[in-house]
Amino acid sequence: MKWASRMAWAFLILVYLVALAAPWIAPAGYADQFRDHAGERPSARFPLGVDELGRDRLSRLLYGTRVSLFLAPVAATISVGLAFAIGLTAGLATPFLARTLDLVIDLLLSLPTLFLLLIARAMLPLNASPFASVLLTFLLMGALGWPASARVLSGASRALRGSTFLVQARALGCSSAGRLAIQILPNLWPLVVAQFFFLVPIFILAEANLGILGLGVSEPLPSWGSMLGELTNPAGISRAPWILAPAALLLMVALSFHIAGKQEKALS
Amino acid sequence: MRRFSPVLCAVVLAGQAWAQTGGELHFAISDDPKTLDPLQVTDEPSDAIRYLTTGTLVRIDRKTFELKPELAESWRVSEGGRRISFKLRSGVLFSDGSSLDAEDVAYTMRRILDPKTQVPAGDQLRPENGSPTVTVLNPREVSLLLPNPVGGLEALFDAVPILSSRSMLKERAGLGPFIFSEYKPGAFLLLKRNPNYWKKDDRGRPLPYLESVRIEIQQNREIEMVRFRRGELHLMSALDVDSFDQIGTAQGALDAGPTFDSEMLWFNQVPNAPIPAYKKKWFLSTAFRLALSEAVQREDIVKLVYHGRATPAAGPFSPSAKPWADTRLKPTAFDPEGASRRLAAAGFRRENGVLKDSAGNAVEFSLITNAGNRNRARMASLLQQDFQRLGIKLNIVTLDMPSLVERINRGFQYEACLLGLTGTHLDPNDQLNMWLSSSSDHVWNPHQTAPETQWEAEIDRLMREQSSTSDPVKRKPLIDRFQAIVHDQAPIIYIVHPDALVAVSSRLGNAAPSVLRPRVFWNAEQIYLSDGSGGKP
Repeated sequence: MKWASRMAWAFLILVYLVALAAPWIAPAGYADQFRDHAGERPSARFPLGVDELGRDRLSRLLYGTRVSLFLAPVAATISVGLAFAIGLTAGLATPFLARTLDLVIDLLLSLPTLFLLLIARAMLPLNASPFASVLLTFLLMGALGWPASARVLSGASRALRGSTFLVQARALGCSSAGRLAIQILPNLWPLVVAQFFFLVPIFILAEANLGILGLGVSEPLPSWGSMLGELTNPAGISRAPWILAPAALLLMVALSFHIAGKQEKALS
Repeated sequence: MRRFSPVLCAVVLAGQAWAQTGGELHFAISDDPKTLDPLQVTDEPSDAIRYLTTGTLVRIDRKTFELKPELAESWRVSEGGRRISFKLRSGVLFSDGSSLDAEDVAYTMRRILDPKTQVPAGDQLRPENGSPTVTVLNPREVSLLLPNPVGGLEALFDAVPILSSRSMLKERAGLGPFIFSEYKPGAFLLLKRNPNYWKKDDRGRPLPYLESVRIEIQQNREIEMVRFRRGELHLMSALDVDSFDQIGTAQGALDAGPTFDSEMLWFNQVPNAPIPAYKKKWFLSTAFRLALSEAVQREDIVKLVYHGRATPAAGPFSPSAKPWADTRLKPTAFDPEGASRRLAAAGFRRENGVLKDSAGNAVEFSLITNAGNRNRARMASLLQQDFQRLGIKLNIVTLDMPSLVERINRGFQYEACLLGLTGTHLDPNDQLNMWLSSSSDHVWNPHQTAPETQWEAEIDRLMREQSSTSDPVKRKPLIDRFQAIVHDQAPIIYIVHPDALVAVSSRLGNAAPSVLRPRVFWNAEQIYLSDGSGGKP
């Protein structure tokens, strides 16, 4: 399935490049309201039509892609970093500490993350700029999204701890730090990378969920989540199928990350 | 020359006068009723059950807004609005077969007036000082004497369900057209026809026409709409504009006109609110508030947010509240130049497109609103662009409802708020709590020990005076003066009054949707289903 992975990577690179070029290629500003054109169908001037407030959908999609695609990897990096540190400690620590950390992971997994996010978001300063608010939202998601990955990594660390090659290294006099650097980290690394690729689409979808609830990115900054809010009106979809564009892009990006992540795992 | 056919004539006349009896009305409510005690109703689902299962002494006709006799065949207000006497109809029976008399009315009045029980239905009747007296004059007459006059006293009894003082069934013995039959929490409520209901139609047939009412509990409005379109539900009492457009007028969507509800924006003027002092200074400035009101393009909000199904607001009374709305007051016209001039006169200036106050602070504030309300989110986006024209940066913050309520009621950690006010009654006393400066609902600066501005003191005086005046002719100038102050001071920037959007099946006869709640089934006893599900007349 190398071709699938290549296609996925090519698509992701293309989307990232287009998103980066948004200020130059977007036909209008994401907040510009052309109120006399509200609800218009796609045209040469507005290729994806105009939303109900008169804003060019294509421009909002391009800027929204920047928000979702650049901040989700940041959140995923935070989560994977925390998961790696905690999972590794849980896997290699003394039985008591390992049990305690497992308990913490189980506890956090059982908590409804969405409600934690809602509570945390309600505590944000009101005059935070839309970008600061979305950045904080993604950082919060990153800080709360590590337990599932930590469990995977703690299990993998525990398996490594009892492996023959690690016992042999110890018998040969390799120090703890050396075993960690030479034996454990290289073996865990592909799993860490795969976790990153799985978490990116999860965070993109989490932001989309918050956006649909009206608790995502503040207006007028667009994101895929806030644009998906238009899909809550089923009649609107049949009348204007082009409003599905953010959903289609979200699906393709999430799929591409999944394929890329799977390939990384397979290579390990 | 055409000739009249007596047979055809008879059929046409009969068609107009007849209504089929039997059949089951189906509609949905958004949640389980919080209570089945009709005196403790505070939520809309419970209110629907109360309306259908209980009787009141008088009833506001939802189409004409006139007060009509119900269980009381007549009433009289005397002693300057302090005393109201009711004469009851004879032969009225509760659903358990016991007869209604003055003792039942007195029992109900004593219950709602008891300060210990805090019955919501009696909120406006319970005096702050002194104790009211309920007197049974004879088995058909009862009188209530209040320590102080109350404006619109008789209309308040539209919301007071009369209970039986003797029935073993307690609150379950009702005087409404339907009686409670079955309740499956989270699923449905079934109401059956009250065999002892007192009303009869013009032809002397007993009402209600319907045999039963099945009220489904359905939180998902999309599913409710799909079921209405399939014909499984016969009415929808509250539609948003998207659903209204989706159903379409051909399939039964109806616009009953501007509601008494208002969409409004206000600024935090609480003296000890944890916001910067320079921002408080802006919010306390009448010129600032009026300028922002002038910057709002209300027509655009009506067009883009409500698809034309709303009316630009001039003040607290919608055009539907005809007896009280001051028609001389017009919605503030969109005038960005006028707004800029007003701000300049108040010491604000524009630098590089940014509005700054006299101390050089850039004018930027946050606007909180509740998440999940699409209309309000759209409105906030339009306001953001409107204010940007003046060089003002508006930060929109959507919060879940509990967090928002906490901020506006307790912590006062907000700068401006966009929210709606639901008008349930026509009478100005319905808004009394919001306008008295001592009230907790005086949203921009609640719980004032003494009015902090002259105009708030004047509003307090006017609202108190009108609430203790029974003569509507004397009340009207007071209410007009109150509206003029609100218009001139703009403590609240009124934006629009949304229309009452409902959906009514073509099978439903005699339905006459109104802007007052309950919008569609307010005359439930007269409503009938017109196809073969019912029996013959």
